[in-house]
Amino acid sequence: MSLTNLIIILVQAGILVNLMLMAAAYMVLAERKIAAWIQNRVGPDRVGPWGLFQSFSDVFKLYLKEDIVPAAADYRFHALAPVIAIAVAVTTFAIIPFSGPLVEIDGIKYGLVMAPNMNIGILAVLAMTSVGVYGVALAGWSSNNKYSLMGGLRSAAQMISYELSMGLAIIGVVLIAGSLNLIEIINVQTKGVWFIFLQPVGFILFFVTALAETNRAPFDLPEAEPELVGGYHTEYSGMKFGLLYLAEYANILASSAIMATLFLGGWDVIPFLDDSTILGLAPNSLPLVLLGHVVFLSKAFALVFVFIWIRWSLPRFRYDQLMNLGWKVLLPISLVNVILTGLGILFLQ
Amino acid sequence: MANITSNTESQRLNFWEKLYLPEIARGLSLTLRQMFKPTFTRRYPEERWNPEGSYRGRPVLVLEEDGERCVACGLCSRVCPALAIEVRAAETQDDKERYPEKFEINMLRCIYCGFCEEVCPEEAIVMSKDYELVFGSQEEGIFGKDKLLVPVAQLQDRLEFLRQWR
Repeated sequence: MSLTNLIIILVQAGILVNLMLMAAAYMVLAERKIAAWIQNRVGPDRVGPWGLFQSFSDVFKLYLKEDIVPAAADYRFHALAPVIAIAVAVTTFAIIPFSGPLVEIDGIKYGLVMAPNMNIGILAVLAMTSVGVYGVALAGWSSNNKYSLMGGLRSAAQMISYELSMGLAIIGVVLIAGSLNLIEIINVQTKGVWFIFLQPVGFILFFVTALAETNRAPFDLPEAEPELVGGYHTEYSGMKFGLLYLAEYANILASSAIMATLFLGGWDVIPFLDDSTILGLAPNSLPLVLLGHVVFLSKAFALVFVFIWIRWSLPRFRYDQLMNLGWKVLLPISLVNVILTGLGILFLQ
Repeated sequence: MANITSNTESQRLNFWEKLYLPEIARGLSLTLRQMFKPTFTRRYPEERWNPEGSYRGRPVLVLEEDGERCVACGLCSRVCPALAIEVRAAETQDDKERYPEKFEINMLRCIYCGFCEEVCPEEAIVMSKDYELVFGSQEEGIFGKDKLLVPVAQLQDRLEFLRQWR
């Protein structure tokens, strides 16, 4: 690896991380605005035009806050937990392909993706999102607070229960695409049909499990405020709390981006037809790639909107209902979905 | 927990309700429709609420061109359940013969019940529309005649309301 290569990769990583953290910060504002609209309120509109700088003032405030570590807490893990949470959430974006390559330097193509042709792409994403629970569980455990511990335990139990259905929901897509590589999966969809039309049940399963994986309502039991004060982040303050908060939103964006990749055709513009022939642009030409970025991000953010919309519409599940849904409903459905997809591929191809 | 066998959730709900998804879609469509409705809240310092005449805000003394209406009978002071009003009477050369030398309402005590307005024989103390009461110390919370006297022109809504409904 040459020095220029290294520098380019560092720049690439810097751009991606900053982009994702900005997006996460603005999703907090979007959440508050959409919540306000749904409840017939105005929402934050004091900082900047339409409250657009609210995110900056929030983060600035968090930096100025006192960092309180409980005397009985395990301070090493208490400090480590938010770092794990945010690091894992941001790492996921190294694998998600936003679109094709943008520039070519020394014969190597670079785009807004760190590891474009990772051949175990989707497995790596799943592995990353599962490591994310360590942050939450550690935060709960190290705080030495019963509410935090309950939150962390719930999160771990929830993650184990829903990870199964999530993996099985993806298997349907992987079977049809014949590859774990995310770019390969998108290419199959660009040429043919988006997988949401072939795998509607898989999409719904993935969406529901993604809600549970990211600790979002109606599955936000780890931070159920009427029962657990703040849940796993009860004992956190200042920017440590900010990191846990940003990680939550980065996870939502990651889940939305994965859903856009797997089910909504990634950067594909028109559902059933080949873009490059219709728009009259060569495949992987710059205008098409730029359009691809816009399309991919709008798909991802549309799904983020649905995440937020669901949070402000549905009540929280009870713990036993959550487990019932995960093990007795979603797991059998996902198994049947895998079997039917396999049979379909066996007999139709 | 005892085994409940009748009227369980699975018996109360029909097939579509048990499937959750159609009901969830119904709920989501409701919240989506809410998003396009006008807001109930207002941007307070810029948009202020103008109350009706029936609103009981800060009690004030009515000031006419030839001085205040109050004759310092002290009824408001007697009826005040919060003991917020203090009146000291003095004599004057006017027709009404008496006037309040000192009239103080402790706004930290006032509960805006409107009894003083109800009992006043001269319609001299009425509830205004003023709801923005902020002070920096306990001493500032005691309003003297300088703050209580309000020209009659500003209180027309309330006076009309009293004439109509009392």
